[in-house]
Amino acid sequence: MRRKRQKFTIPSKYLLLIMTCVCVLFMAVTFFTDFLASPLSNFAGGVILPFQSGISKVGSWMSVRSQELKSIRDIMQENEALQAQVDALTIENNSLQQDKYELNNLRQLYKLDEEYAEYQKVGARVVSKETGNWFHSFVINKGSLDGLEPDMNVMAGSGLVGRITEVGDHWAKVMSIIDDNSNVSAMVLSTEDSCIVQGNLETMDQGVITFSKLVNGETAVKEGDKVVTSYISTKYLPGILIGYVTQIESDSNNLTSSGTITPAVDFAHLEEVLVITDQKASYTEAGEN
Amino acid sequence: MKRNIFIVITVLLCFILQSTVFRWLAFGGIAPNLLVIITATFGFMCGQKCGLWVGFFSGLLYDIFYGNVLCFYALIFMYLGFANGYFKQIFFKEDIKLPILLITLSDLSYGLVSYILLFLLRGRFHFLHYLMHVIVPEIIYTVLVTLILYPLIRMINGKLDGTEKRSEDGFA
Repeated sequence: MRRKRQKFTIPSKYLLLIMTCVCVLFMAVTFFTDFLASPLSNFAGGVILPFQSGISKVGSWMSVRSQELKSIRDIMQENEALQAQVDALTIENNSLQQDKYELNNLRQLYKLDEEYAEYQKVGARVVSKETGNWFHSFVINKGSLDGLEPDMNVMAGSGLVGRITEVGDHWAKVMSIIDDNSNVSAMVLSTEDSCIVQGNLETMDQGVITFSKLVNGETAVKEGDKVVTSYISTKYLPGILIGYVTQIESDSNNLTSSGTITPAVDFAHLEEVLVITDQKASYTEAGEN
Repeated sequence: MKRNIFIVITVLLCFILQSTVFRWLAFGGIAPNLLVIITATFGFMCGQKCGLWVGFFSGLLYDIFYGNVLCFYALIFMYLGFANGYFKQIFFKEDIKLPILLITLSDLSYGLVSYILLFLLRGRFHFLHYLMHVIVPEIIYTVLVTLILYPLIRMINGKLDGTEKRSEDGFA
């Protein structure tokens, strides 16, 4: 004789109700505190990140190969042109080196610290990107054990990528400046007028992000002007290149202007980034002391 | 038991693939949404409870890595899985029209909810732009991937059905 054990089960409707309450509770808890974030994310980071970093290496290898096939002819032509440019630049570089040497000497004479000192940087690899199509954050393969902390700035090449919003032991989440949630306090390098640079999903299709609240805009600022991070920002170190002004127009209040910026970083092909381990808070403190 | 292991592996695998390989294969910055596919698939294939749990855990993974608030996506995906569970009664293994329709609807509602909660409430009113540039391309790409992924899941699930039945018979 076979006896079936009667298992106690909750009807699915009640289960849904219970889980909804649990979810709402967790949402409230994580919204107001950091209580749950670190143990959960460390667990997930430990289990899933190794796979992600392995696979993304394969993925990037695949995409690099396919691009190679496409562009190998272009590259050969480009190479010749670039070779010529390298020669020209080498000569220019030599003379600039001499200038720099002279500048350093003069600075020492004036007892000026280098205003934009070389920041300490750590290289990291992008292991995974946001799975949805709405935002642009990604995860890199270094974390708190490598000395990273939230709010550290992230660069690629010479341009600003974003800042770290969350760290685990061996990973960190980076919110990029093209993310729809991102706001960066910036200034136009030529006029030192400050503005706010906002990521925007709508304009990202055209490869640009928006800026607004530029005081004294249209007359002084031209298309192609460099936009860098401002020294009044609390999170971003000063003088990091964000991009170039591509379009500018007056706001309806006739006081400020807004427009679009082409980012200096190619966000579609981001593989390696540099994390600046100096933080704005400590940087300004050190400057004052 | 075997089925639970299969489900866990599927969820993890899809999440990992989506955040890595499919990001490299994105067309115009739009990648397919594997998590919606598996949530919906397990919903109408195995019932409401199964869909609910699969949705909850795939959403939770998303939240842990990319969310600002824990359990936000978990809640959305949970309801998707649960809603798809209603269609278990009229689901036939051989029919591919219903799965595709359901996955399309699921992805559409996921897109709409995301837009309303994350963008509309912040004053981004150009709904048509988001619809044409994010939601619809994502649906199309997702359906294309479904055509490959869904038969795979169905096949493995069918085999599991077979072994479960056999072991039950042997036991009796």
